[in-house]
Amino acid sequence: MFSLEGLTNSLQQWLNAHLNPTWVLVVESLIVILLAIALFAVLGLVLVLMERKVAAHMQIRLGPNRVGPQGIFQTSADTLKLIMKEGLTPDGSDKFLFNLAPFIVMIVAMLLLAPIPFARNFQIWDINIGVLFVSAVSSISVIGVLMAGWSSNNKYSLLGAMRSGAQIVSYELSAGLSIISIVVLTGSLRLSEIVASQQDGWWLFKGHIPAIIAFVIFIIAVTAETNRAPFDMAEAESELTAGFHTEYSGMKFALFFLAEYINIFIVCSVGATLFLGGWMPLHIGNWEGFNHIMDYIPSSIWFFGKVFFLIFLIMWFRWTFPRLRIDQLLNLEWKYLLPISMLNLLLITLMAIMGWHF
Amino acid sequence: MRTEAFKEYISSILPTASYDESGEWLNVLVTPADWRNLAEKLRHSEHKFDYLFCLTCVDWKTHLTMVYHLSSTDHRETIVIKSNLDRNNPEIETVSDIWRTAEFHEREVYELFGVKFLNHPDLRRLILTDDFEGFPLRKDFEDPVNMIKL
Amino acid sequence: MYTETQVIRNNTKVTVDGALDGTGEMVINVGPQHPATHGVLHLVITLNGETIQKIEPHLGYIHRSIEKMSESLSYRQFIYVTSRMDYLSSHINNHACAMTVEKGLQLEVPPRAQVIRVLMDELTRVASHELWWGAMAMDLGAFTPFFYAFREREAISDIMEETCGARLTMNYMVPGGVMADLHPNFQRRVKDFIKLFKAKIHEYDELVTGNIIFQNRMKGVGVLSAEDAVSFGCTGPVARASGVKSDIRKLYPYEIYDKLEFDEVTETAGDSFARYMVRMGEMHQSIRIIEQLIDNIPEGDFQAKTKAVLKLPKGEFYTRVETARGELGVYIVSEGGTTPYRIKYRSPGFSNLSALDHMARGSKLGDLMATMGTLDLVIPDIDR
Repeated sequence: MFSLEGLTNSLQQWLNAHLNPTWVLVVESLIVILLAIALFAVLGLVLVLMERKVAAHMQIRLGPNRVGPQGIFQTSADTLKLIMKEGLTPDGSDKFLFNLAPFIVMIVAMLLLAPIPFARNFQIWDINIGVLFVSAVSSISVIGVLMAGWSSNNKYSLLGAMRSGAQIVSYELSAGLSIISIVVLTGSLRLSEIVASQQDGWWLFKGHIPAIIAFVIFIIAVTAETNRAPFDMAEAESELTAGFHTEYSGMKFALFFLAEYINIFIVCSVGATLFLGGWMPLHIGNWEGFNHIMDYIPSSIWFFGKVFFLIFLIMWFRWTFPRLRIDQLLNLEWKYLLPISMLNLLLITLMAIMGWHF
Repeated sequence: MRTEAFKEYISSILPTASYDESGEWLNVLVTPADWRNLAEKLRHSEHKFDYLFCLTCVDWKTHLTMVYHLSSTDHRETIVIKSNLDRNNPEIETVSDIWRTAEFHEREVYELFGVKFLNHPDLRRLILTDDFEGFPLRKDFEDPVNMIKL
Repeated sequence: MYTETQVIRNNTKVTVDGALDGTGEMVINVGPQHPATHGVLHLVITLNGETIQKIEPHLGYIHRSIEKMSESLSYRQFIYVTSRMDYLSSHINNHACAMTVEKGLQLEVPPRAQVIRVLMDELTRVASHELWWGAMAMDLGAFTPFFYAFREREAISDIMEETCGARLTMNYMVPGGVMADLHPNFQRRVKDFIKLFKAKIHEYDELVTGNIIFQNRMKGVGVLSAEDAVSFGCTGPVARASGVKSDIRKLYPYEIYDKLEFDEVTETAGDSFARYMVRMGEMHQSIRIIEQLIDNIPEGDFQAKTKAVLKLPKGEFYTRVETARGELGVYIVSEGGTTPYRIKYRSPGFSNLSALDHMARGSKLGDLMATMGTLDLVIPDIDR
């Protein structure tokens, strides 16, 4: 049966047989870098197309359908257009920071790919503090956003960046607490161990209602963290034209745009890994026969299936809800989500200590 | 009828006002100096003309006429107050603190007819650019660039 | 062109960045090109953080001086220019002008023309409110409603296209009646539309009205009291949401409105949500009017006999009608010639806009979009 694990193992063996260990590391790093960039590009194109198609069908229209069959090359054409465009830098801007900002946002998104298990034993870096790494690095992206907003020397950008700062920092808390609740249940920060702990069922089902609450809060919080509607205060098209990236054009804008989608992918894959078992097929307790049938579906398909389901969910939000106001957004976090998730964490801790979960 | 009551009431305040009932509504002609006083009385009297629905100006080549259409949410009767202004130095007291809608309408009249509203809180141009010359809605205004004369 | 220093009264200095010296306030320009202004409205907003301190509208970006233009157009011609004022209720604009000329000529409009006019007015009103609904939801960040609104609006545009030959600026009303008879399909198409509307209107409520985020954004935002509404000259749904009875169709009935059964929708809260509910209610009322009339269009002429060249007697004529946005007044001063001596259009949008500063002060920037969205501003109507 096809598995990514076999592919990586045979590559590793082949390299070890032909090169000395240092060069193996170098070559492997290069391959990983190339793959990460390729994944980036492909994901960006796929997700943008998916967004447009999802939006179109929710809005009773067809969406892109002219470039290529079913419009699948539309995003490639758009990217090509953006590459061709001039990357303007406004006169009064802080040129260094202005040009640095999109790259920071982009690099943060790339770094986050490292600990994510895409399939069985297919992970760039199985770091032992994987969960911590993800939540720590993901908060750096706010610096990129603030940098972009500040250096643009545009009042809309500034307002957008300030909103974004307040928002991401606030919602980081809820997202973190939701993530911790799963860490409490598994007792490990290593993502591969978290996936392995879901061998006999996903945490969403094993953890009773508190886990479901944590999952819901996690989805809300990451929607806010990625600046997606209904929490897209930082861009808030009808208020701030385009928020923090008002002044960006060409490829620099495309990097922001791409990073947004990559961030969605990453938070959804973290969500899928923590709550929906990552690449782990749907296993129910000790139903051997059922579990065995589920194992026939490759783990990468399970992973991407779950991730894209979550992405679809987030897109569904975007095309259904109106935007919140900035004070309502912060109220929601500090007055409702944060207390709830703290209480929920206590419940889950109690549950984990008493061993009430399945 | 109401019209008679209005006439009586206005006469009691302004004996000099002249009336014209040929049109649809009672037209009252007052001098610019009397207008402010009358406006306040009309707004706060028992007739309660609280709704100024149209404020404009007409250029009669010899003079300008301010036209105020007043109505009330109580009795829904309408009266029209007119006031003739000197064309070279048109000045009239503002009523923007009595009917707040007048603030914008007076600014519009100010820039299109050149009528100065005394004590207006913010008499700036609303529509035209700051360096625009002339008053477009006056009859003698000629715009060689944009206006097509028929 | 205005400079920022002129905007600020009391001589506060504005720095190059547009921040007010020493106050921590910031001046931003919303418009003339901005996604939420739906046209070339320019608002200069003084912000303290996210809180609005002051809003100053700057108009004129689409001012075509229709009033001056009309002075050199004949009584048949000037009507067509008015379609371009409030382009979303162009029928009603034309109607007002035609009625003013008829008032001057003391012309009796045939019953068939009256019914056709009212039908067209109400269809326009529904179309206008549909567009407002979609655009307002888009202001609040929900994009999907826009397309739902256009699905129904498209049906109305098709009906208009068949009968009037145009979808937006119809120019269908002429002094004495309407320009052409109804298209044979008209009744069937309108009935189809009513069916479509009734089948789909619940989606509007499900998608937007009942949404908790939407309600939180709208309730208590941009409150306008009844006295202020009257003082600012607000009319239409804006005034009715504050509890002021201002429907010209009820107060000063024209055409056949006094024979029709419909309710004047009023709310008392005066906030954005009340304005929203008034407009939603008005759509139902308009459909009710159309239902009463669509099977009862009298036979006969669609236009009264008029002279080729119209001459209004010396005098002043004022007509008011209820457009989708409020009270439109047409004030014609005639010197007895073939062209009006002076025309004034009292546009509802202009007065409604003047209340914006009062309504939005002290609220957040996001609230401004809700307030502006429910004022339903059409910029060419404000600028004329």
